[in-house]
Amino acid sequence: MATETATVGTEAGVAQGGDGGRRASGPVARVHVPARSLRSELRAIRVVWRRELIRFSRDRLRILTSLVQPFLFLFVLGTGLSSLASAGTHGVNFKTFIYPGVLCMAVMFTAMFSAASIVWDREFGFLREMMVAPVRRSSIVLGKCLGGATVAAFQGLIVIAIAPVVGIHYQLGLMLELFALALLLAFAITAFGVMFAARINQMQSFMALMQMVIMPMFFISGALFSVASLPAWLGVLNRIDPLTYAVDPMRRAIFSHLSINPAARRALDPGVTWWGWHVPTLLEAAVIAVLGLGMLSIAIWEFSRAE
Amino acid sequence: MSQLDPGATAPTDPDPAREPLGAGSSAHPGIGGGAGSVAAVSVKGLVKRYGEVEAVRGIDLEVHAGETFGFLGPNGAGKSTTINMLCTLVRPSSGSALVAGHDVVSERDEVRRNIGLVFQDTTLDGYLTAEQNLRLHAELYGVSRDVVRERMRQVMEMVGLWERRSSLVNTFSGGMKRRLEIARGLLHSPRVLFLDEPTVGLDPQTRSSIWSYISELKSDEDITIFMTTHYMDEAEYCDRIAIIDRGKIVALDTPAALKASVGTDRIQIQTGDDDAAIAALRERFEIEAVLAEGAVTFGVPEGERFLPRLFAELGEPIRSVHVSRPSLDDVFMSYTGTTIRDAEASAGNSDMRRNMARMMNR
Repeated sequence: MATETATVGTEAGVAQGGDGGRRASGPVARVHVPARSLRSELRAIRVVWRRELIRFSRDRLRILTSLVQPFLFLFVLGTGLSSLASAGTHGVNFKTFIYPGVLCMAVMFTAMFSAASIVWDREFGFLREMMVAPVRRSSIVLGKCLGGATVAAFQGLIVIAIAPVVGIHYQLGLMLELFALALLLAFAITAFGVMFAARINQMQSFMALMQMVIMPMFFISGALFSVASLPAWLGVLNRIDPLTYAVDPMRRAIFSHLSINPAARRALDPGVTWWGWHVPTLLEAAVIAVLGLGMLSIAIWEFSRAE
Repeated sequence: MSQLDPGATAPTDPDPAREPLGAGSSAHPGIGGGAGSVAAVSVKGLVKRYGEVEAVRGIDLEVHAGETFGFLGPNGAGKSTTINMLCTLVRPSSGSALVAGHDVVSERDEVRRNIGLVFQDTTLDGYLTAEQNLRLHAELYGVSRDVVRERMRQVMEMVGLWERRSSLVNTFSGGMKRRLEIARGLLHSPRVLFLDEPTVGLDPQTRSSIWSYISELKSDEDITIFMTTHYMDEAEYCDRIAIIDRGKIVALDTPAALKASVGTDRIQIQTGDDDAAIAALRERFEIEAVLAEGAVTFGVPEGERFLPRLFAELGEPIRSVHVSRPSLDDVFMSYTGTTIRDAEASAGNSDMRRNMARMMNR
């Protein structure tokens, strides 16, 4: 029975073009899987990274939907609150003020969605294909984080592109600085998401967690208000929130490129302080980077431990 | 289809890293373990416990190189757990297993490099095309770039999907997906191909086409196939089968030998008076017959030699006669005391057990 039925139904009949044609491919192209090396690990990282990009480019809807919420904040909330806020902004456009926070938000959403695809992959079985491959789990996790970071940074680029709409003119230095910070944040947030995705089996749970984490981080970070004179409890929370260290340097970069009077600058862009000491931009970036690497290590450890 | 590019087959050259596993042994699957040949799979005292539950309770077996080995049993008997241990996905609680000569615990990567896997559930990325899925696999397994394309074409042509290589996998039917998975499992020329219920949930036509790939594989590639199934008719295609029941192997031999071990053929006769025929069988031949499926049914050794005596001595008119050799169903029945279907019906709870086990493995 097995040998008699060489043709395979509708889909296959065309492809095979008769048995004689198939026999032509008689000699078997032997393939040999080499021992593990740095090169094979790099190939694994690269292919996992590429998969993220391919999937993202296929999913046009996702590119749009993950921009909806940031744009709601920027254009609806930003416009709606501008008259209310005008008393405190010293003439600065409120939308310009919340723009860095919105940029971070867009990056965060995309990065978390990328991480969520691990949960998705597990539900649909694909994760298994990667887990049984003869490569280090760390390569898979690293590829995933780099992929998520690239995709999220691209989303950030779209938001950076609309900067003139909120009164920020294109300047190469500024744009590069914003993009670099967005990339760093994207990496850290993906690592953060992957770290949780290692333990979560259901998409619903992951989405719930995402809501629970992203919105508080966004609100506490000072994306919508100045961190100058906060009540003590909020000030402490604000300094703990990692997003603070992404929003603050972005805002500083933007404001230093705008012509704003010093009083407004002091009120709107006071900078983050640790016990009265101003944290410089580079240290803020380092905070994000260290957190990102720390979470990446935890994620790698979790995936390597899993059977 | 044109001739192959001669350059593409160049990497056929002997590779020192691959010891000549079972060259030509497929001709003698039963005695492949001869001098110098390494067993493709060698298992000793393999046990897997999940808390209180013992899913696999001490398994010993040896699969010869080049063999098609079937693992037969009802759902929940421990087939998938065993295969997962052999594929390094699940760590054994005790015992040891060598696959392609490497230990599944201490040489996990070596084992992984030498095996291909096709699971019950799909592990394809539906948002990628068929070709992208295979390319991803080739990259993960470090397949040399200059042979990837040729090899990809070869495996996809084999399963009849080359024309569909640019289609998204999500647009494929269940059977096409399974075929693509088989192609992907072969992409890196594994020495042992593990197929976990490769035909479950497929229509009969796709099922038989998958079997034709498997027999083609056996002739074209130097490969050992280890598969699980709970379809009796499919187990017939295997060189040897192991029957597993409640975590233990209860029988292991070639299908023919297993069937011979049952000892009796099944005879079904239709008569004018069934009750009288049953009584006559008891009196004159000392045979206990039962009425099954509308016919008087009984088992005797060498059924066709028994028939002349039956006609001569029964004393009841016989309207029709049917003699059948024992099937693997009969084999399963004689070793486990139940049919595989009944075993599955009563194994609803072990199904749950298996799902739990799967969850824990995540």
